[in-house]
Amino acid sequence: MTGSQTNPPQEPDRDTQGKSWGKVSGSTTVYLGIIVLLGFAPPFLSLINEPFYLDLLSRMLILGIAALSLNLILGYGGMISMGHAAYLGIGAYCVGIPAYYEIYNGFVHLALAIVLSGIFAFLSGIISLRTKGVYFIMITLAFTQMLYFTFVSLEEYGGDDGLVIELRSEFPGLFDTENNTNLYYCIYLTLLGSLLLVHRLIQAPFGRVIIGSKHNEERMRSLGYNTYRYRLVCYVISGILCGIAGVFLGNFTSFISPEMMDWTHSGELIFMIVIGGVNSLFGPLIGSMLFIFFEEWLSGITVYWHFIFGLMLIALVLFGKGGINGLITALFGERR
Amino acid sequence: MNWDLLIIQCLNGLQLGLLLFLLAAGLTLIFGIMDFINLSHGSFYMIGAYFCASITNLTGSLILGVVISLIGVLIVGALVEALLARRLYRNDHLDHVLVTLGLILCFDTAVHFFWGAEGMTIPLPPALDGQVNMGDIVIPTYRFVIIIAGLLVAGGLYLLVNKTHLGMLIRAGASNRVMVTALGINIDRLYMIVFAIGAAMAGFAGMLIAPITEASVGMGNEIIIIAFVVVIVGGIGSVKGAFYGALLIGLIDTLGRSYLDDFLKLSMPANYAETAAPALSAMMVYILMAAILAFRPRGLFPPATKS
Repeated sequence: MTGSQTNPPQEPDRDTQGKSWGKVSGSTTVYLGIIVLLGFAPPFLSLINEPFYLDLLSRMLILGIAALSLNLILGYGGMISMGHAAYLGIGAYCVGIPAYYEIYNGFVHLALAIVLSGIFAFLSGIISLRTKGVYFIMITLAFTQMLYFTFVSLEEYGGDDGLVIELRSEFPGLFDTENNTNLYYCIYLTLLGSLLLVHRLIQAPFGRVIIGSKHNEERMRSLGYNTYRYRLVCYVISGILCGIAGVFLGNFTSFISPEMMDWTHSGELIFMIVIGGVNSLFGPLIGSMLFIFFEEWLSGITVYWHFIFGLMLIALVLFGKGGINGLITALFGERR
Repeated sequence: MNWDLLIIQCLNGLQLGLLLFLLAAGLTLIFGIMDFINLSHGSFYMIGAYFCASITNLTGSLILGVVISLIGVLIVGALVEALLARRLYRNDHLDHVLVTLGLILCFDTAVHFFWGAEGMTIPLPPALDGQVNMGDIVIPTYRFVIIIAGLLVAGGLYLLVNKTHLGMLIRAGASNRVMVTALGINIDRLYMIVFAIGAAMAGFAGMLIAPITEASVGMGNEIIIIAFVVVIVGGIGSVKGAFYGALLIGLIDTLGRSYLDDFLKLSMPANYAETAAPALSAMMVYILMAAILAFRPRGLFPPATKS
């Protein structure tokens, strides 16, 4: 929806499609450069002895995965979900609740998160995707509220007060996630995989149908596509991806509570996408990095930093169409 | 069955329903006429409560507090419309969500800055602080004040919308915006009036509830979501729908919280019922909304036509 008028979806796709490196656009080169730099961050940070920044980067990448997953339905599919924080919560509780019973196997956590976020996305999607526009926004929000209150009432697992996770997920024989560098690389590789997955999905006929039904659903239907079913599959994939991000968030924060599913956090995920640029593959990642950077920086300056944050958000919508992606594309060119 | 308790709970539900109506009426009009999603509508609720608390504490008069605060919230609402919302009506809903989310952050922080992080109470005059005895039932007088005030505003809004020239324009705007502009009505002024009236009603709801709960930062952020549920259930743009929707949701929420565990015990073991009931009762309004949307995708009372 936003930015789609100025930035038809075919454009960015055509240039990321590049069969050979020579055809990769300037903006994509910039993004790939950032990704490569992120890969070298841990040795660099340990060299300059600033381990705190690794924490910051880990959080950026986790929320980057979450924003990327939301962008799949919001940016490409035009489905404005105001409830995506639900999946972060599901993923985190899929670490927390097994850990409460002293089950620390990371594969169990991941499998649970994938299955449960998939089921939640499927069930809520069946109903939500029948609605459009404002109704869709509100009903996705309603489903997340239901989940929120479910976890608030689970007193066994801390209810409102949340749950402390004593140990991180274990991947026996593979690597030790208690080491922050290992956890970082784990998140980093998942992010790379997610970027690749979303890229391939959008290039595939599947993605074409999703983008097409955002712009003109009638036309896609008369071409014989069951757009409802395509959207549902897309919605479930997006939910599962965000659930995986939730597993990392649970591991990373080691304290989880229903507050993670608060509707304002779903709004923040949308905010990240818009900062980076809707309709762009790397936009959500860049957006989440900037979001957390500003959050960290401003909150260090004043306790009233939310005010500046709110003003930035308003200014972004009023004046900054296309987000950072628009800026980078303007600077480095769509195609070389 | 304890009939006294049922009556008290029904009155509580009515009270919640009327408060929700005060919020939802403005939302549904802003939604229906300007096609604008205002997540920050709850901020007017909070600002109303803080204005009223300050002025009442300053002057010692609740009535003076309410009157001055109403004017204050009207002005804040008109300013928000003129400076911000007006630029966004033509944009899509995503932009509305983002800007009003930003506005919530600004308002919450501003209130935190001016009034501090702690809540503020509004002292009630002795006349309203008492209790009413009806047979075996004892009900705080102030509950009746809320119910009567809510009903009066609802009646006033009904007259405004159905019997006045302005109301005619509002109804016309809700059912066909393009036609209203085509007929040469000053639509900008109409938008501003609707926005400011909506804000004032939300602020009034905040003033009514503050003596019970106290004014606090972010107090609007939870109730606004339920008010949105009311708007969706009632049908976007319909004041009548907002009224019945608000009462329905107020009653279901209140009665669910007090009777659901007894009800569940009929069909499942008591210990399961006691675990499930709190979660289920908090979810009931959302379940109701999902169910209504599944069968009536445009709510219970959708406005007659909409272009």
